[in-house]
Amino acid sequence: MTHKFIEPKAPPISDRSVVGWMRNNLFDSPLNTALTIIIAYVLLQFIPLVLDWALFSATWVADSDACKAGSGACWGLINAKWRFILFGTYTYDEHWRPFVGMLILLGACVGSTIPVFWKPMRLLLLWVVSSVLLGIIMWGGIFGLSYVENTLWGGLPLTLIIAVYGTLFAFPIGILLALGRMSNLPAIKSFCIFFIELIRGVPLISVLFMSSFLLPLFLPDGVNIDKLLRAQVGITLFTAAYLAEVFRGGLQAIPNGQFEAANSLGLTYWQSMRMIILPQALRLVIPPTVNSFISMFKDTSLVVIIGLMDLLGTVKSVIKDPEWRIFYAEGYVFAAAIFFFFCYSMARYSAYLEVELRKGEGH
Amino acid sequence: MTNLEPHTERQVGHHEKTEDVIKIRDMNKWFGSFHVLRDINLNVEKGERIVICGPSGSGKSTLIRCLNRLEAYQTGEVYVNDILLGDDVKNIEAIRREVCMVFQHFNLFPHKTILENLTLAPIWVRKMPKKEAEEMAMAYLERVRIAEQALKFPGQLSGGQQQRVAIARSLCMQPKIMLFDEPTSALDPEMVKEVLDVMVELAKEGMTMLCVTHEMGFAKEVADRVIFMDEGQIVEQNEPEPFFTNPQNERTQMFLSQILSHH
Ligand SMILES: Nc1ncnc2c1ncn2[C@@H]1O[C@H](COP(=O)(O)OP(=O)(O)O)[C@@H](O)[C@H]1O
Ligand SMILES: [Mg+2]
Repeated sequence: MTHKFIEPKAPPISDRSVVGWMRNNLFDSPLNTALTIIIAYVLLQFIPLVLDWALFSATWVADSDACKAGSGACWGLINAKWRFILFGTYTYDEHWRPFVGMLILLGACVGSTIPVFWKPMRLLLLWVVSSVLLGIIMWGGIFGLSYVENTLWGGLPLTLIIAVYGTLFAFPIGILLALGRMSNLPAIKSFCIFFIELIRGVPLISVLFMSSFLLPLFLPDGVNIDKLLRAQVGITLFTAAYLAEVFRGGLQAIPNGQFEAANSLGLTYWQSMRMIILPQALRLVIPPTVNSFISMFKDTSLVVIIGLMDLLGTVKSVIKDPEWRIFYAEGYVFAAAIFFFFCYSMARYSAYLEVELRKGEGH
Repeated sequence: MTNLEPHTERQVGHHEKTEDVIKIRDMNKWFGSFHVLRDINLNVEKGERIVICGPSGSGKSTLIRCLNRLEAYQTGEVYVNDILLGDDVKNIEAIRREVCMVFQHFNLFPHKTILENLTLAPIWVRKMPKKEAEEMAMAYLERVRIAEQALKFPGQLSGGQQQRVAIARSLCMQPKIMLFDEPTSALDPEMVKEVLDVMVELAKEGMTMLCVTHEMGFAKEVADRVIFMDEGQIVEQNEPEPFFTNPQNERTQMFLSQILSHH
């Protein structure tokens, strides 16, 4: 028997066409066929209703009486109140400032996602410069800008500031807590465990309450920590505690051989962490890390309870207006759309990052 | 133990001319209550090539890992280059700069290219300029015959290639002593030779080597001394010729008969 070499061939047509795909994925068993048909039926019923409410029968003019006359959604609410929803109680004539501030902040975020900026000095410079600019534009008080107290800040810029700086500071604190928890030094280890478990053991609302009502009780009279700062610290520490556990999971997944190789080459603890262990560990936990950030982004809306007006807060306050009260759904849909935009962007970026960081490594 | 005599004499005879780069005195180590290394005494001369063998679990890895402080011992003393290896961090750092280790599973850094794997320690530990480090790294990659892979990642290389890279990575630290922990045990059979060839070359150039391996051909070709360990003790040590042809201890005899019947 002589062996005849078999040339590679293309797969059969049926596997490659749209019809083939549908047959393999949607109609490949009686159960799947039934599910496909039911879902298609529900979608066909549902989509026209939603489109009709949201678009065809919607009222766009900023007039609540016109809205009440119409049968669809009342986007007139957004039309009438968008500036308050987006910028809250920030001085009305100065709304361009939180707008520009927001662009600066988002610019810095987008910048940090580009590999060109992934050098410690560049990132530091980027964030110091944009934070200073942000501070100047939001607070003012110099360069002819009028001073706007941060108790007046609100809406989307406030949400973004708390979320972005929460992310920025929670990340390194989370790393330190995770390393501390895995440390051989008993004092550091116990402190980190105590801190992580304490914070994880209570709801964010109580962390915010504690930071805003309890903290001042312990401080001497006259020392008054800013409300925004307190919320920022509370959210940052809360997120850091969760991240610490995510990072610890990643660190534990790194084989011991990596520590040993780094040690035997003479690298110090911090050198091996920074260059060998953390880059691998953090890459492993990109999905749960981004998950934490997404949760935190949404949790920023809890700052309302200590009297800050974030995006959800401004929406809630708008729909308290008797004139617009019955259109609360539209207000929430608007806020939800904005939250969704940011959260979904983070999720996409996380997916991109996972692929990007593995490029060229051959696995 | 009479079987120690030939070597002890040799060492005494050479005492004036040679220097011992490793001195282990009455070293004991426990994992919890498990006495893994028992009264280890061992001197290694500069340029000496030692092969350590013994059954699995006899403490071979632990012994050589105690020489660069990947493991700490509890009693006794270990001197490397006349530096006491103890809890002192400065001493540990000084010793790690002179002693390098090659592992069974290579332990390359998977997120760095081959070249970066090699230059990392010279740049950060020896403070060598990047360009110089890269030139040196390429020279060593050339030596282990793998220079064309410099820009790939470890995951793209075969086991034998990875182990040669790991050896080159150690050489980049220009160590005085190299420790090998079963460097060929994780390799597919057809790749063992390419790694052993590199090790033989190193040995012939006069590198001080302590090598845990069961490659008896390698031991016969290059070792100055073969050490047999069992249950945490050095049971027998001798030059390869008498060690293989005329083992004194019955545990050595049994071990050798098992391992040689395999090969
Ligand atoms: N980190 C550790 N903790 C507890 N026991 C260990 C540890 N490392 C090794 N041992 C035990 O010590 C003994 C010697 O191990 P090892 O030095 O790796 O042996 P060998 O390399 O000769 O096979 C084995 O019984 C092993 O199970
Ligand atoms: Mg071993």
